Amino acid sequence: MTTDSPVLGVRGVVKRYGGQTVLAGVDLDVHEHEVVALIGSSGSGKSTLLRCVNLLEDLDDGRILLDGVDVSDPRVDADVARRGMGIVFQSFNLFPHMSVLDNITLAPRVVHGVSREDAEQRAAELLERVGLADRAGSYPDNLSGGQQQRVAIARALAYSPRLLLLDEVTSALDPELVGEVLSLVRELAAHGRTILMATHEMGFARQVADRVCFLDGGRVIESGPPEQVLGSPVHERTRQFLRRIIDAGRL
Amino acid sequence: MAVVGGQRSRAEVTVSELQRERLAYKRSRSRRSTVVALLSTTVFAVVGYFTVTRSPGWPRVRDSFFDPAVAWRSLPAVLEGLWLNLRVLLVCGTLILVLALAVAAVRTLRGPVWFPLRLLATAYVDLFRGLPLIILLYLVGFGLPALRLAGVPNDYVVLGGAALVLAYTAYVAEVFRAGIESVHPSQVAAARSLGLNPQKTMRLVVLPQAVRRVLPALLNDFVALQKDCGLISVLGAVDAVRAAQIEQARSYNFTPYVVAGLLFVLLAVPSARFADAVSRRAERRQGGR
Repeated sequence: MTTDSPVLGVRGVVKRYGGQTVLAGVDLDVHEHEVVALIGSSGSGKSTLLRCVNLLEDLDDGRILLDGVDVSDPRVDADVARRGMGIVFQSFNLFPHMSVLDNITLAPRVVHGVSREDAEQRAAELLERVGLADRAGSYPDNLSGGQQQRVAIARALAYSPRLLLLDEVTSALDPELVGEVLSLVRELAAHGRTILMATHEMGFARQVADRVCFLDGGRVIESGPPEQVLGSPVHERTRQFLRRIIDAGRL
Repeated sequence: MAVVGGQRSRAEVTVSELQRERLAYKRSRSRRSTVVALLSTTVFAVVGYFTVTRSPGWPRVRDSFFDPAVAWRSLPAVLEGLWLNLRVLLVCGTLILVLALAVAAVRTLRGPVWFPLRLLATAYVDLFRGLPLIILLYLVGFGLPALRLAGVPNDYVVLGGAALVLAYTAYVAEVFRAGIESVHPSQVAAARSLGLNPQKTMRLVVLPQAVRRVLPALLNDFVALQKDCGLISVLGAVDAVRAAQIEQARSYNFTPYVVAGLLFVLLAVPSARFADAVSRRAERRQGGR
């Protein structure tokens, strides 16, 4: 690990499904303590990019670098690489057959070799932080969407990953519940977490992100500080996209 | 691997040197796995072959279990018996599916009115799932006709089939019930919210999902039934097993049993492959993105 290399480096990543090219050569860096927001219309490849970074998809070209190490190489054990990353999915993906506590302690205990006591203590702290200290024994099906998503975030944080990936974490939630999840993410960002997130919440991206990247047609079209990309975009495609968002009353 | 490779070459626009090297590495890995699989299979087969043929009793065993002449002579009779097994299988299989679905539906009925029916179904399942099949065959095959009731058939094939239906309906009903109960309550809520009554909810929303989910288990029971059809021979019906026994008694050679056994295995292979295909299809449908 070298100090000057970014936590995450995406280099010319290409991903195709069948004949369709979803990512057409994406380049992106995320540095330590940086929060990067990916914006773009549905189908622009935001989620696919996050899945590629987490090595859940085979790349068709390009590289994923974690702390300067190429983890997309087929000779590298993806499970080892994933230990440094946490991902939160759009539709929570909690394990319905496990209690909230077991969902959170699973990876620390089974993958990272933490003892049950330590894992449960850490889980209790995390649940406290996400405001669900009293729901440790509940099962996911008995929680609201916002609560489930906060548990999912706690699960991803349980082994203190260097990089947190958030895949449209609020798009399956109703507006009332969006607030509780966003304030949690805001707090994580304030604590210096390194975060790469795909989001439809432009106002949120503007407040929290250090950098906003606009994805279109499988490429990063525009990238920069939120005031610039969201306030005075250079590229015509970005302007079109933002105009549509403003017309829909979402900025 | 070959399919993926073919797809790539079609969509090949500009592949970087790095990716070309990675693909070559993956191809070499898959070639290596194939070679390892081939080697280990060969070693296993050779060791197995020599362990059996070098054993001291092998010549005797070969003569009394694997005599080609006896096998050929007994084949027509055993095949004719197998044809009976097949007919029993098809009739019983159909009956079992229908009856088991009914029993499962009764067991999942809610409401106090249905209590006696529910109790009856539960008692039936408990009794016939617990009773050893061979005892059930004797009771139905020899006990039932002995009552000399009017209308009770005394054909051993029919009686044997009835015993099989009684036993397997109990098993399959439990498989169906597990499937029905695995469908998430939200599905019932969604169907009821659209105005479907409980029966329509069950028939149009719950059962299709339940059956799809338990299909591998059902096919497993179907293969078990295929073999157990051979048990009607204990009542005296001349099926494949019985025919083999007759041939064995005539030739003092056990080869006909091996012939019958192999035919049963052959019968089970298509079902097993079909079950695999069904599970794979279900997996594909759930997987992807």
